[in-house]
Amino acid sequence: MSELVNDISLIEEPEQTLSMNPKKFILWLFIVSIIMLFAAMTSAYLVRRAEGNWLEYTIPAVFSYSSVVLVVSSLTMHWAYIAAKKDNFRSLKIAITITFALGMAFLYMQFQGWVQLVNQNVFFVGNPAGSFMYIFTGLHGFHLISGLIVLVFALVAAFRFSIHAKSLNQIEIAAAYWHFLDILWLYLFFFLVYFH
Amino acid sequence: MATAIDNQATVAHVAEHEHHEPQSFLRTYIFSEDHKTIAKQYLISGIIWSVIGISLSVIFRLQLGFPDMNMGFLRPVLGNWINESNKLDPNFYLALVTMHGTIMVFFVLTAGLSGTFSNFLIPLQIGARDMASGFLNMLSYWFFFLASVIMFASMFIETGPAGGGWVVYPPLSALPQASPGGGSGMTMWLVSMALFIVSQLLGGINYITTVINLRTRGMSFSKLPLTIWAFFLTAVLGLISFPVLLSASLLLIFDRSFGTSFYLSEIYINGEALPNVGGSPILFQHLFWFLGHPEVYIVLLPALGMTSEIIATNSRKPIFGYRAMIASMMGIAFLAFIVWAHHMFVTGMNPFLGSIFMFLTLIIAVPSAVKAFNYITTLWRGNIRFTPAMLFSIGLVSFFISGGLTGLILGNSALDIQLHDTYFVVAHFHLVMGAASAFGLLAGVYHWFPKMFGRMLNEKLGYIHFWLTFIGIYLVFFPMHYVGIAGFPRRYYAFTSYDFTKNIFADMNSFISLAAVFTFTAQWVFMYNFVYSLFKGKKATQNPWKSNTLEWTTPIEPGHGNWPGEIPAVYRWPYDYSKPGAKDDFIPQNVPYSQTPESNLPHENELISLEKEIEAQNLNDQFKQPH
Repeated sequence: MSELVNDISLIEEPEQTLSMNPKKFILWLFIVSIIMLFAAMTSAYLVRRAEGNWLEYTIPAVFSYSSVVLVVSSLTMHWAYIAAKKDNFRSLKIAITITFALGMAFLYMQFQGWVQLVNQNVFFVGNPAGSFMYIFTGLHGFHLISGLIVLVFALVAAFRFSIHAKSLNQIEIAAAYWHFLDILWLYLFFFLVYFH
Repeated sequence: MATAIDNQATVAHVAEHEHHEPQSFLRTYIFSEDHKTIAKQYLISGIIWSVIGISLSVIFRLQLGFPDMNMGFLRPVLGNWINESNKLDPNFYLALVTMHGTIMVFFVLTAGLSGTFSNFLIPLQIGARDMASGFLNMLSYWFFFLASVIMFASMFIETGPAGGGWVVYPPLSALPQASPGGGSGMTMWLVSMALFIVSQLLGGINYITTVINLRTRGMSFSKLPLTIWAFFLTAVLGLISFPVLLSASLLLIFDRSFGTSFYLSEIYINGEALPNVGGSPILFQHLFWFLGHPEVYIVLLPALGMTSEIIATNSRKPIFGYRAMIASMMGIAFLAFIVWAHHMFVTGMNPFLGSIFMFLTLIIAVPSAVKAFNYITTLWRGNIRFTPAMLFSIGLVSFFISGGLTGLILGNSALDIQLHDTYFVVAHFHLVMGAASAFGLLAGVYHWFPKMFGRMLNEKLGYIHFWLTFIGIYLVFFPMHYVGIAGFPRRYYAFTSYDFTKNIFADMNSFISLAAVFTFTAQWVFMYNFVYSLFKGKKATQNPWKSNTLEWTTPIEPGHGNWPGEIPAVYRWPYDYSKPGAKDDFIPQNVPYSQTPESNLPHENELISLEKEIEAQNLNDQFKQPH
């Protein structure tokens, strides 16, 4: 019988409806909207830059260091995920805490970057070349703060032992968002360096 | 087989759960997470907004049609916006135009249309208990409500609402000095729109997740009603384009409030230079129209989707070209993102680039024509029942064709340079996007009113409403094409002071205005019908239109969770109307082929063997319990 069915190409096999966890799916769609927000910003940057009258300045070195910090925080985030999978609660708590601390350090370094920009006489108000720098770092920082809030919730959940090998949704969502914010910053950073 | 046993186990397990506690009034009717209540909230808000939005247009139409009119009688409503000589204040005229556009495009035809019908129909037609996240859905409505309150409040501040047009081009929108509404009115506009975008994103994310994850057993994408396809693609369009508008308005907010120069450069006011240097106003237009063009389809696609469903049901025929309809909607959705610059042919764009955008724009005619022909071929030799919903759907097809034809003209950059910013453009988009979508909305209300409120709308009043509106809209917008070809520019307060407009078409403008008042008056027939039928309408039966889709398998007034028992499984596509050999002229989606041997086609008989497999599938029931 099943052979007969397979022979007929008109028939489509009944498929299970995709049942991804709706919350995770919502996260991915949310990420799509953030991507579009920054895609618009970076295209605006290119369009405006192509028109000339563009202020040239050196990007403060602290932004390179902060990028390294954020990449490391992504690694510790992954460590947290592996720890959760292995029900290693001590490492889980330590890893989330370190990730959170690195996130805060990143934000502080971004702020130092702004201070250096001001010292270089590149201001938020003035030539759009400088304004865009502040907008990119500022908007990314704003999203990173939301990532930190997600981390706090994950940390609280870790202390309540509600994250473990059989309940990984929350840590997976936190980790996916954090890695995304990391990749987003790397994109913005290399974009700014390349199209300078 | 193992899965079937598992499934029975789940069902047994499910029965042990207790029912939800009845919720408080506040949670049931105000801060509700139920998709049906949220849909009704959107519908009522949309109706209130449309009354406000259309009233504004009537006021400025009076000014355009009768420039010498004594407007003193409007003073009790408009106060000082009627000046000493009993005329409309010119600045307020611009504010009226701006608010009319903003309200109709965003608050009525985006939130009122998608918000109502995506929320109402997606769970009911795909067989889900509710949206993926009821909480985000509730949040979506209340962000919209907050946006509405702020936009409404901006009309009552002393300097008036924003007056830079609904497209808010800088520098007009960026400089408080540009118009009275350029100060706090414009600020409130931007805040309101930012909240509106958040609301639309929350809603859209929910729609997409629900359609992909929460379909019932057997409801594959190739069995989805076209309504759901349309809502799904609309939500995808919104998800991709609204963040871009958010970017554009963020930069505008920084320009306005923090002194940056993204859009401003070398501007002189009263001989004094502004400090802003290095910005580009064209940049805003690029960002705005990257949303603005998809927005046209965000408004139109849901209407087209509902029309497909209504026309197939009331022609008692399968929709013609189901897959072609899906493909053309996908084509339209894709092309929507690569044609934005056809709104900018006169910005000094490189003519070569202009011809590329012209080419891409004209390609949209192909999927649009496929849709138009498919509607007509569905109607062809159908057993047509002219319900009010059907009439409005046919009206939509008419507007879609007559408005779409002028789209071909405007899409040509050479012709657009002549016609840009004239009433020809106004007539074009009001027919193809405004009237067509509004007819989709009205068709949807007439068709799904019995499911929403358990009562029928009065048919006779529906017919009267249709004919008055249909004729009225053509009387308004057909003559407007002539006015546009004659070169009358839009957004002008009066045509009495220019040589080229002074002595012509004054009678035509008066005629258009009278037709507008007539059409507006006709809408009160609908308002009366809506309110009357809400309380005193004829009680609806379970499936009043003899339709195939799943929403008609729910109780007449579905409770929380939609189906009292198990969610039905789906075995066939939604368009089995007038199938040869069948007992009735419709076979609902949840009737298995094994029950209809008399009408099955050979390949459908083969499908009978797969029914067990469908039934054995995961129930995909997010509540995990019957209600």
